[in-house]
Amino acid sequence: MGGVTAERRNYKLKVWKQNGPDDSGHFEEIDAKNISPNQSFLEMLDQVNQELIESGKEPITFDHDCREGICGTCSLVINGNPHGPQKQVTTCQLHMRSFASGETIVIEPFRANSFPVVKDLMVDRSAFDHIIQAGGYISIKTGNAVDANSIPVGKEYADMAFNTATCIGCGGCVAACANSSAMLFTSAKISHLGLLPQGQPEHQDRVLNMVNAMDEAGFGNCSNTGACELACPKGISLENIARMNREYAKASLKSRS
Amino acid sequence: MNYLLSSIGRKQLMGISGLIMTGFVGGHMAGNLSMFIGPEAFNSYGHAIVSNKPLLYGTEVVLLLALLTHFVMGIWLTRENKRARKSKYAKPTNGDKSAQFASKSMIYHGIALLGFIIWHLCTFKFGNHYDVTYDGVMMRDLFTLMVEKFNQPLYAAGYVVLMLTVGVHLSHGFSSSFQSLGFNHPRYTPKIKTLSFLYATVVALGFLSMPIYIYLVY
Ligand code: HEM
Ligand code: SF4
Ligand code: FES
Repeated sequence: MGGVTAERRNYKLKVWKQNGPDDSGHFEEIDAKNISPNQSFLEMLDQVNQELIESGKEPITFDHDCREGICGTCSLVINGNPHGPQKQVTTCQLHMRSFASGETIVIEPFRANSFPVVKDLMVDRSAFDHIIQAGGYISIKTGNAVDANSIPVGKEYADMAFNTATCIGCGGCVAACANSSAMLFTSAKISHLGLLPQGQPEHQDRVLNMVNAMDEAGFGNCSNTGACELACPKGISLENIARMNREYAKASLKSRS
Repeated sequence: MNYLLSSIGRKQLMGISGLIMTGFVGGHMAGNLSMFIGPEAFNSYGHAIVSNKPLLYGTEVVLLLALLTHFVMGIWLTRENKRARKSKYAKPTNGDKSAQFASKSMIYHGIALLGFIIWHLCTFKFGNHYDVTYDGVMMRDLFTLMVEKFNQPLYAAGYVVLMLTVGVHLSHGFSSSFQSLGFNHPRYTPKIKTLSFLYATVVALGFLSMPIYIYLVY
């Protein structure tokens, strides 16, 4: 309901602390006191960090940027779930009213070999950038802007492409997957461009190269458990992985090199 | 990278080999239901199959290749998958975000199935040989062998448990292979999932009814 409330809650945080990728890491118990249920999860961490700094201790390192669910920078596995307990919500849009007062909250980084820990809860997701660099683009000639509607796109395709374009590249799918597979992310990117006419000229190479880059980055394989889809804050569907699977088989067959 | 070495290629090989075995298992179950008619029907059905050599050897070769492919890919993919996360979570995904049990434990029921297949072939295909003659035709009396085996309580119970295991493997496997092979559609996928569950249930119940029937009736 929003609004101002005087209610304040206390939590016990079990936070993962890790000094760089080679450190083995450990959990630390930290109190979160006087938290408003209307605070966001990251604002709760801000407040805890403020107190840690004031008492001369080291703050908890975590990733964040837009704090409005669009950039894909926030992460965290909260009580076992990437982006916390709610479906289709990013960590930055999660609020403390979702947690009962007095609860112990376990906070871990997104764990995957391909996402090495930078520090504490912050991980390096540049493996995703490498997948994008391998084909997540279209090549066009620049020049005068063409008329916006000069290329017709069917409504269903436009909608499907738009839905896949909402993938914010957060890596929650990798974090949730028992195999640390990046197939949901990669398939969203391949589908986004592959469903549109502008993506056709490079489609075959894009599929082959992005899947290769994904495999080379050391992500696991897909077991079709669907954990990624359940964890995805943007509701990217498994249909995209099936599309990638068939397009990859087709491209492998047709490729002339 | 080579298709056959890629994450997707290897999973598609699992899907194809799994589907081949899935189809066989359904036919095998349906054929064996002839035991409920009686020893003669069952033995004659078996005899008809082994008398058709092209069918018999063809099926055996395809199934053996499918099993080998499925097993090798299953171990290979699972090993990679387990190694893609060195640092384990303290808590697993849960609540609205937890995946189904069968999908997460395929390798365990899979390995149990391999053990079962070897045990099963040793018992029946390569097991004791009894003969029976109907209308002057001599054939293998598999029914007697089955009665001999399934009257041992542990044997019958083991079969029942392993057939439930087949059911669990197939309930995910059947629909999963469609996804691996690239078929997912908002109108059909929910139906494939239901069919997958029904098929697995029918195959498991059909098979496990046999040791129970023999144990109780013979
Ligand atoms: C040799 C023993 C077996 C092992 C070790 C095994 C292992 C596995 C594993 C690990 C998977 C999941 C692969 C993944 O998610 O990456 C799987 C999938 C599957 N299995 Fe098996 N399995 C065995 C026997 C069987 C049998 C006898 C059948 C059929 C009667 C079968 C049917 C399937 C099907 C249809 C799938 C789905 C494939 C897909 O997801 O594309 N499996 N198996
Ligand atoms: S598919 Fe979903 S979970 Fe994965 S990176 Fe994109 S938005 Fe994040
Ligand atoms: S901080 Fe940008 S999506 Fe959460």
